Amino acid sequence: MTTNNVVAMEKLSAVERGLWVFRDMRVVTWRNLTASLRIPEAIFFSSLQPIMFVLLFRYVFAGSINVPNGGNYVNFLMPGIFVQTVCFGAVATAIGLSEDLAKGLIERFRALPMARSAVLAGRTTADLVRNVFVLFILTAVGLAVGFRMVNGVGNFLLGCIVMIIFAYTLSWGFAIIGLRAPNAETAQLMSFPILFPITFASGAFAPVSGMPGWLQWFAIHQPVGVVVAATRQLMCGDSVGPSPIGNPVFWTLIWSAIMLLGFSWLAVRSYRKVD
Amino acid sequence: MNSDLAISARGLVKVFNRGQTVRALDGFDLEVKKGTVTGLLGPNGSGKTTAVRILSTILSPDEGTAEIMGLDVVRQSDAVRRTIGLAGQYATVDENLTGRENIRMVAQLTHLTKAAARTKADELLERFKLTEAGDRPAKTYSGGMRRRLDLAASLVAEPPVLFLDEPTTGLDPQSRNDLWEIIEELVAGGTTVLLTTQYLEEADRLAQDIVVMEKGRVIAKGTPAELKAQLGTTVIEVSFASHELAERASLLLANLTPKAPIREGSLLELTVENGPKIAAEVLRTLDGAQVELLGLALREPSLDDVFLSLTGHRTEIKPEQDTAKGRRTRKAKTEEAAQ
Repeated sequence: MTTNNVVAMEKLSAVERGLWVFRDMRVVTWRNLTASLRIPEAIFFSSLQPIMFVLLFRYVFAGSINVPNGGNYVNFLMPGIFVQTVCFGAVATAIGLSEDLAKGLIERFRALPMARSAVLAGRTTADLVRNVFVLFILTAVGLAVGFRMVNGVGNFLLGCIVMIIFAYTLSWGFAIIGLRAPNAETAQLMSFPILFPITFASGAFAPVSGMPGWLQWFAIHQPVGVVVAATRQLMCGDSVGPSPIGNPVFWTLIWSAIMLLGFSWLAVRSYRKVD
Repeated sequence: MNSDLAISARGLVKVFNRGQTVRALDGFDLEVKKGTVTGLLGPNGSGKTTAVRILSTILSPDEGTAEIMGLDVVRQSDAVRRTIGLAGQYATVDENLTGRENIRMVAQLTHLTKAAARTKADELLERFKLTEAGDRPAKTYSGGMRRRLDLAASLVAEPPVLFLDEPTTGLDPQSRNDLWEIIEELVAGGTTVLLTTQYLEEADRLAQDIVVMEKGRVIAKGTPAELKAQLGTTVIEVSFASHELAERASLLLANLTPKAPIREGSLLELTVENGPKIAAEVLRTLDGAQVELLGLALREPSLDDVFLSLTGHRTEIKPEQDTAKGRRTRKAKTEEAAQ
């Protein structure tokens, strides 16, 4: 029927189709990363914000926050800042999708014979790559202000991997916001009331023991609280106090699995329903 | 289905629910023969864009069926996507990527091999006179260049069917003319084109068949000549110094023509079979009643006249919408749909 030389996807085997889906995702990821490289100002200022957080907490609050076991506050703080930063990276997912919708790029994608899921997967993957880049910068800043990998480089890297996995699943949640918000500004405004409570009421910046009982329970069990505990345990061992929850790495992976399944299902549904 | 048809749609209905229910399409039918250009004409909010979005698989219809080259737009959407190209009034290019990168991206997502995508990008840039600008980010492009890039990207798979959604809205006359020439070349090469437009001149120049839409339905169709013939052969325009004079003249001249004269401000229009003879009578009548006129002209009826006689109002062309930069917010879209 077609007169062109385009591959007919429905005639391919499942494996070949999977390869095309992967290729589509790679093309969209490449596009998102290339586009953000074209706005160096955005990269500069989005890296500046977490650096400010490090400096503020390191020098403004360190003196008034008591770390259990008499631990070092910089070591206590950095895992929290890392987690907060990669979680805030999910806002980029919401804004990016919302902008693509407004510009009509999503319309173009939807009229192409590409994999439906590649638009969303390409967006979240690009944001994952960006998170890795920001972690590099933050690590350097952390080391400069006194952070030390007291539990070994291997465990530090494991901690990074765990939080990157978690942040990736959170990106899928923010993809839903991006697809449903009327525009990019609103997508951003909708993101903050979710991100602030889950990142600040998490033990990221101060031990949960200082919070009232009900908030403590939330801070310990909610997803970001669990990731903070897991990352801190991997990066610092027990030097800054024990984890408020047993097996935090395990619970992080459970939360990640639940979020990935739920969010990706909802995001794909929102994507199909966009009109 | 008829194998001569590139596009066919029967009874399409699409309802949007955005605070209020809007029937964007309300029983829309369409047949486009292979190798022809059909112009979908209508004011803002008449359902043109919704029709194109359904035919290009972006939206699914609430009711009705549509086929592109015999492929069902819902059940065989992937095959349809390989058969069509879509270029829109909102010039869907990524402004942060260069022209070349934009075309390569679309080519790769259309599943051309990487090498083929590269060759295709070079070829299309050359053909659309964008080679020099090819390695600059698209945000540095003029409106006309963006439209050309958008059109180029929609042609990567050499689709036999092309949808152009208001391809020249917001462009200056020179860029519009350039784009028209490109579209004419494509059609000469055998591409079937469905073109939506608010510009009657555009439909008149490019389309063999015209479908006039209002409120989600087809209210007239035919060749430009047929549509004009429905009206009569000549339009007599008589202008006056004031509304009042025009109003008075309108009453005086009412008996001269089968259709009542149409008054717009101080201008009076009569659509007639025998232009010169009636024009002479107009002059005699007005002279007899001592109604002074400013001017009198005879002209061929335009599609605008057709639209006026079909709907009772002119096409509402808003010359400067916020489309010049190829952007629109979804809020604007909602407002359009609600009109």
